Amino acid sequence: MDTLLLSRIQFGANISFHILFPTITIALGWALLFFKLRYNATGDFKWMEAYRFWVKVFALSFAMGVVSGITMSFQFGTNWPGFMETVGNIAGPLLAYEVLTAFFLEAVFLGIMLFGFSRVPGWLHTTATFLVAFGTTMSAFWILVLNSWMQTPVGYEMREGVAHATDWLAILFNPSMPYRLAHMLLASGLTVAFLIAGISAFRKLSGDRSPAVDATLRFGLWAGAILIPVQIVAGDMHGLNTLEHQPQKVAAMEANWETQSGVPLVLFAVPDQEARENRFELAVPNGASWILTHHADGVVPGLNDFVTEEGEVMHPPVAPVFYAFRIMVATGFAMLGLSWLGAFLSWRRGTGNLPKPLLFLMVPMAFSGWVATLAGWYTTEIGRQPWLVTGILTRDQAVADVPTPMVASTLVAYLVVYALLLFAYVAVLFYLARKASHGDDIEPELPSSEAAQVVVAE
Amino acid sequence: MSEIFQSQDTLLPFIFAALMGVSILIYVVLDGFDLGIGVLFPFADDEERDRMIASIGPFWDANETWLVLAIGLLLVAFPVAHGVILSALYLPVAIMLIGLILRGVAFEFRVKAPAPWKRSWNGAFFAGSLMTALSQGWMLGLYIMGLGHTPFTMGFAVVTAVFLTVAYSFIGACWVILKTDGALQAKAVGWAKGGIWGVILGMGAVSAASPLVSTRIFDKWFTMPEVFVLALLPAAAALLIVGLWLSLRRLPRSDDKGSAWPFFLAVGVFVLGFGGMAYSFYPYVVPDRLTIYEAASAPESLLIMLVGVCVVLPLIAGYTVLSYTVFRGKATELSYY
Repeated sequence: MDTLLLSRIQFGANISFHILFPTITIALGWALLFFKLRYNATGDFKWMEAYRFWVKVFALSFAMGVVSGITMSFQFGTNWPGFMETVGNIAGPLLAYEVLTAFFLEAVFLGIMLFGFSRVPGWLHTTATFLVAFGTTMSAFWILVLNSWMQTPVGYEMREGVAHATDWLAILFNPSMPYRLAHMLLASGLTVAFLIAGISAFRKLSGDRSPAVDATLRFGLWAGAILIPVQIVAGDMHGLNTLEHQPQKVAAMEANWETQSGVPLVLFAVPDQEARENRFELAVPNGASWILTHHADGVVPGLNDFVTEEGEVMHPPVAPVFYAFRIMVATGFAMLGLSWLGAFLSWRRGTGNLPKPLLFLMVPMAFSGWVATLAGWYTTEIGRQPWLVTGILTRDQAVADVPTPMVASTLVAYLVVYALLLFAYVAVLFYLARKASHGDDIEPELPSSEAAQVVVAE
Repeated sequence: MSEIFQSQDTLLPFIFAALMGVSILIYVVLDGFDLGIGVLFPFADDEERDRMIASIGPFWDANETWLVLAIGLLLVAFPVAHGVILSALYLPVAIMLIGLILRGVAFEFRVKAPAPWKRSWNGAFFAGSLMTALSQGWMLGLYIMGLGHTPFTMGFAVVTAVFLTVAYSFIGACWVILKTDGALQAKAVGWAKGGIWGVILGMGAVSAASPLVSTRIFDKWFTMPEVFVLALLPAAAALLIVGLWLSLRRLPRSDDKGSAWPFFLAVGVFVLGFGGMAYSFYPYVVPDRLTIYEAASAPESLLIMLVGVCVVLPLIAGYTVLSYTVFRGKATELSYY
């Protein structure tokens, strides 16, 4: 284990842990705004109850996202100083705009959203909910601009080994940004749809008969059923965009070694990078050509084009990209099947009469969004290797010369903390759900919007 | 000084160094009292802890964001310095980050986890705050000593670690005096009276050590005739500390008069101390090694950030004021919606 590998594992572990929580808060903010607006419009208390339960999940997820996000901004300096030294002129302003336009907005209005219900007028509380949702989405926008620019850099020139911005509009709307942003926002929507549906199903199975649970279960099922086909289309377009700009990544996703026409769609295989071939291949003839070029005999780029004459491999490691991509797609199809079945049954039979086996299936699916999102990010991020910024900077050039034992010790410390927190997070989520389904949390009277009213903290 | 303003190449780094300094100062004051409250946790009982948390619950997240802004400005405006400073402070940064993680999530977990676990999360809140305060003080000490690791510099860093932690708990106690009443307020007056000695000793230690380890800093402070103007700074700090002591002696009062004084005087002391340090180190961003002008990003990148800062900073100030207005007055129990 050398410093480079340990630093990569550390950053990978950190960003994997981090993304779990923004994936929830981005879309959950909008879901909360929806609940709040439904309550404002109908006066039906079930929407307020839904808001009160899910705002707790939001607050917890938000705190997890904030603290793990701060860690990364420091790790750029502690572990990857070459990154900012080389592309700081472009990455810097993008990160600064994220802090300025998103972080303060979210942090301040989250305070009002969580603790201000009884202190501010109703419209201001609704506005605060909107601004928090808006802030999380702005944050996603800036960070995806930066990530997309690292994948498909444009609008810059190199002077003495340092990137200088020449066209900010081109940098903002770089070739992969619109597709990546849409794909990620939809992923967040699906994650939240299945989280809400799964936790609501769990509450129903725990004997919760409140109308709020039926309302959120139906919301989750329908949101999932509507978003998943959109996501499949968006994902396909994102894939075609990647084929155009990062063909080596698509070649690894498909485990296609030779550039040729009529490439089969590999359903399963064990890619062997040493022998440069697939073992145990199960494939649909001409499938990959058809998906990627929409012609049965279309030409698909192969991995062997990305090995230099000296034998240096300039394409990503094949197996992790290949498997991660398949896990993402398989999870997506499971989402499609379950949400359509659930939405259909809730329409025909009513959400209160959904069959128990379906509810049991929905509970583990609560975290299916996490699986798909992580698998998707592994596909695109490992698929960028060995580059840190495509064509500009490799990860070996960016890593800090920190002694290996030091990186090893911090890595172990982070992993222990993350494992404990992840366990605590999931446990508390189900604890809150069980508590709510036993009716501990339902307060019939609404807090007034006048003087501060004492409501006992849970 | 005036030549700075004549060229974009020197003006922009100066502006960004100033912005970064202001962000660090705001962070130290605002998250200082949050962290101080965490450090004071073992001295309070369960009910008092809930009220202390309620006094910072709506604010802490925005307060911590100033650290993100400060480190972001270092990262974006002085990328080379960012790498040099943070890789030299690798372990204390990691300890601080784990401290911030524990402290931040404990806010949520301590009220949401099953009751038997609340004790553990209170412990995590204390431990996280303490780790953060100590590691920040340690980094401050090493930074003053020029980022070298010798027995002497590390010994000094231990001293600053302890004193910064005491200073945080002092301003935390002042915040509790401002935001609460009754028995807890009286208790906090006692904490503040104890902590004020740490503030005096800590500021004394830093003021004495910086000129001694760096002849450059010595010359900046002790040349004629500037020394007469500069002497106003420690004089003002001494005056504020006397004022603090007098206002603490009169508290608590049944009509609550003067309960805001200790906090605002403490902010004054923090501002003066920070101002003195900023004067000592200017123009260096890495002490005696790298100036802000050598470390700055390209002017066109700084300019595009400056536009954003000018537009957004007033907005941030505006809604921060809104938040402190909405949650003004004494902290009651935290009403969670």
